[in-house]
Amino acid sequence: MTSLTNDNIIDQEPDEITGSEAVCRSLIAEGVDTIFGYPGGAIMPVYDALHDHHHHLKHVLTRHEQGAVHAAQGYARVSGKVGVCLATSGPGATNLITGIADALIDSTPLVCITGQVTSGLLGTDAFQESDVIGITMPVTKWNYQITSAEEIPEAISRAFYIAASGRPGPVVLDITKDAQFAKVKYSYAKCIKIRSYVPEYPADKLLIKKAADLINNAKKPFVLYGQGVMLSGGEKELINFLEKTGIPAAGTLLGLSAIPTDHPLNMGMLGMHGNYGPNIKTNECDVLIAVGMRFDDRVTGSTSTYAKQAKVIHIEIDPAEIDKNVKTEVALIGDAKHTLRLLSKLVAEKQYPEWVAEFQAAEDIENIKVVNDDLSPRKPGLTMAEVVRMVSDLTDNKAIVITDVGQNQMAAARYSKFVDSRSWVTSGGLGTMGFGLPAAMGAKFGSPDREVVLFTGDGGMQMTIQELGTIAQEKLAVKIVILNNHFLGMVRQWQELFFEKRYSFTEILSPDFVKVADAYGIPGSAVHNRNELEGAMKKMIDHDGPYLLEVMIEKEDNIFPMVPAGKSVSQIILSADELN
Amino acid sequence: MKQEYIITAYSENHIGLLNRITIIFTRRKVNIESLTVSESALKGISKFTIVVNEEKEKVVNIVKQIDKQIEVLKAFYYTNDEMIFQEIALYKVPTTALMESDQIEKLIRKHNARILEITHEYTVIEKTGHKEETQELFEGLNSFGVLQFIRSGRVAITRSPIERLSEFLKERDSLFEKMEAKKMM
Repeated sequence: MTSLTNDNIIDQEPDEITGSEAVCRSLIAEGVDTIFGYPGGAIMPVYDALHDHHHHLKHVLTRHEQGAVHAAQGYARVSGKVGVCLATSGPGATNLITGIADALIDSTPLVCITGQVTSGLLGTDAFQESDVIGITMPVTKWNYQITSAEEIPEAISRAFYIAASGRPGPVVLDITKDAQFAKVKYSYAKCIKIRSYVPEYPADKLLIKKAADLINNAKKPFVLYGQGVMLSGGEKELINFLEKTGIPAAGTLLGLSAIPTDHPLNMGMLGMHGNYGPNIKTNECDVLIAVGMRFDDRVTGSTSTYAKQAKVIHIEIDPAEIDKNVKTEVALIGDAKHTLRLLSKLVAEKQYPEWVAEFQAAEDIENIKVVNDDLSPRKPGLTMAEVVRMVSDLTDNKAIVITDVGQNQMAAARYSKFVDSRSWVTSGGLGTMGFGLPAAMGAKFGSPDREVVLFTGDGGMQMTIQELGTIAQEKLAVKIVILNNHFLGMVRQWQELFFEKRYSFTEILSPDFVKVADAYGIPGSAVHNRNELEGAMKKMIDHDGPYLLEVMIEKEDNIFPMVPAGKSVSQIILSADELN
Repeated sequence: MKQEYIITAYSENHIGLLNRITIIFTRRKVNIESLTVSESALKGISKFTIVVNEEKEKVVNIVKQIDKQIEVLKAFYYTNDEMIFQEIALYKVPTTALMESDQIEKLIRKHNARILEITHEYTVIEKTGHKEETQELFEGLNSFGVLQFIRSGRVAITRSPIERLSEFLKERDSLFEKMEAKKMM
């Protein structure tokens, strides 16, 4: 809003402006400072208007619209602001779909603006026409087609309100070219209410009391925290709650970094490749307190054997998540921050030393069977774990870690350490390969003062490798670590464990990534041996600007522990030997 | 256990909302047995009446997903015995069949149907009722040859004395007031 007052262009407001000018002013009024996009025919009027506003609206030209939308996601996830991307009609818009679907399932606030053919041509199979409203309907929180300039300010204010409020999500605005050209008497009012939409329900005091009673009488309570903690800004409230009650906690994949990794009550990560203790203790606790998470199947394993012994308290902003996957004893509908604050007042101060010791005993087992060998390997081949942990060590656990999808992601999740919130960006629900590089780019724009390190694989890197061009053009100091095992590692792992080692199309040939980076003017180096790793890593971190580090990883390493698909969390295995 | 449920939803009268609602069913491979959309007693608010044959748990989740759509005011679900419902059916029979015997006339009387239009060629009969009733009349008439037949989607009204929407809109107003108050604090 501040930019409105000292902006000359806006001060000399003419009576009537074009729709595309209204788009720019509305974005500025919403506090937007960065847009990721790609121009094309049907969005050209907006691009033309952007030309006058480049001091307030930084536009980043990505190399593909998928890059734009993932960058907007990365930007939103680290900054807490709404990510904005811009694309043309037809293929421009359809190239956004993967990122929009990813943002919906991972609750990321986005406003995606797409150009559309002139309204008179709608439905005629015009050049670069596609039914963007129809196509994006299942993957958006809300979408709307604008066919007249008058609708623009209100539609944009609604879009931002809907994207950011309640459970955040992506919104698509599809603007016909004639609406961009047409004149409108511009005025902007921020949306504060939509009568058919309740973003947040007030807390139910009786239910909070009931939850507190359950917690106060519990012998073995256990807290599961998800991304909802960060989305509500409730990190401090969660820590206060944990420290008052003494209850051990574990995070979902998307919940990582909500509380510091080394907090004494943080027992690690849940889920398929999560930590041993959090998984087995889920089926031993008596009260399970889930905060801002949605019981994804990668967290629960088989739901028919999930936490059946426990009374479940679910703190969740989205009523549709209640009882969707796991039945609850007490559902507290509301945002995590507010609910935890109220709940903390009613819970007793306690400690559970024996119960916490059970987690520590499980951790010891995991260390002996998995972690020690991952971090200090006895074999010559490099492990993903040691590379990941070295980044944490060299950045005092303060880097923002971005990942692609697969083994690189799981290694990064398991071995990265965090002290600050919003330090972790990964594609959780959709599991989008190719997410990493553009998301890292967006994260660096969203948090320019922090170190941003990407862990990606040789497979995922090649899905959106063109974004090296954007990084080079923007001179963006993203540190790219490619964990190269010459395989599509996670699929290969499953083939090894569940498909009799039939490596069907998982061996992948890659270019010389360092040379590719060099072609873009991005410096880099490759590491083949353990003794080169630390020096190369330090060089990467000390470099002022983008840098690519390719690390050759042991070819056929596996990620353990693992809850095999469809199995119970208590059937988590620590090595392949346990499968039989 | 699968059984018939009536899902009702009140929404803003906006383009595309029908699609947004029906894809919730499609995604879960749930068939819509009948669907009616029209303006409710409140101007600008549409009412959806959707009939499905499904398990309760699935219906509850679907209703929550409908409710979650930005432009939906509120969605509810009911079993058949919680609502009074009707469908309307139209039957076109050759007028000659009507002239030749009194069988059709008897059928019309028995089923409480009525005649909408008679021409030299055809007669159009209307019947409202539950599906079994309109179907029974169809089978009766079809022995004389039904030229055309159409049945509407279901319309339904609750057995409670007032429309739940008005109750609900009042609740929502006070909810928004509470939220405003919370923000002010």
